[in-house]
Amino acid sequence: MILLVVGYGIFKKIDVFDNFLLGCSDSFKLVLKIFPNLLAMIFSVNILISSGFLDFFLNIISPLIKIPIEIISMALVRPISGNASLALLNNIYTKYGVDNFYSLMASVVQGSTDTTFYILALYYGSIGVKKLRYAPITSLFADFVGIISAITISYLLF
Amino acid sequence: MVSKLWGYFIVIGCLFSLFNGKVADVNEEIIKSAKTSFDLICQIFPILTLWLGITKIAEVSGLMNKLASKLSFVLKPLFKDIPKNHISLSYMASNIIANLFGLGSAATPFGLKAMESLQELNPNKMEASRSMIMFTTINTSGLTVVPATVIALRVMYESKSPTIIVFASIIATLMATISGIILNKIIVRR
Repeated sequence: MILLVVGYGIFKKIDVFDNFLLGCSDSFKLVLKIFPNLLAMIFSVNILISSGFLDFFLNIISPLIKIPIEIISMALVRPISGNASLALLNNIYTKYGVDNFYSLMASVVQGSTDTTFYILALYYGSIGVKKLRYAPITSLFADFVGIISAITISYLLF
Repeated sequence: MVSKLWGYFIVIGCLFSLFNGKVADVNEEIIKSAKTSFDLICQIFPILTLWLGITKIAEVSGLMNKLASKLSFVLKPLFKDIPKNHISLSYMASNIIANLFGLGSAATPFGLKAMESLQELNPNKMEASRSMIMFTTINTSGLTVVPATVIALRVMYESKSPTIIVFASIIATLMATISGIILNKIIVRR
């Protein structure tokens, strides 16, 4: 990809080096804008996760659903923290074995969506937009559909 | 909404830890979160710088415009508010392509640039525009062809078929993206 971009730049006879530096210098401004948002997000999400509130919540709903509690908690954590949900996926692999049905299902759930809250905080924070209007709703709805489809497809395929 | 949720997360977390005796855990996590986010930004920063440099070359050389015009038949119906050939379309196209191939670190700079150029078109600078919301919805739904992190983890655990989950993941993430787009369209039409 880099070869393609730089090669094309040389082919078009633009100053690749100067433009590269010009682009790089943007990153300082961006990082300064991103960092407070990132810190705020990690701060509040970590408080919530370490307080055990999610586990408590899960214990209430888990008897209603037939899939293992680990997968539900991973699905719940997935939109708010990529690292936490990867750690949970790790645990599932260790517990059930990597090629077990539940591990496959968990893999699909993990791959089906992205860390919604992190992206929203990062993207809107970087341009200083305060009112997100319906952005969190559509994003979370997409996550929800993704997770439900992941579970359904796993039952159908594996 | 995010600022409210942010507050709720903290209040609920703190109150709940008082009830189940996890105050020590929470305290430790509070101190750690500052360091975690610093580590994360240190990880992002050099890669972001590198990719922003590459992005600039692609932008000036006209490569990104070419890419965007190839993808315009997909993007145009989704982003009706954006004038033809606007630079934000190129950034969004690049971001979506980087995501499709599992190049997360390359996707973020494109995404941030896309937001910056969408903000130029935004009549109300404090509020998210329709196009921004459509873009972040597609982005957060995690549209990808190669779920790279999961495959890497499966290889690490010596799975017999690390890529067996790829097809199912594509279908699931496609469902998420499509439903997100549809909901966006419904809300806008109302």
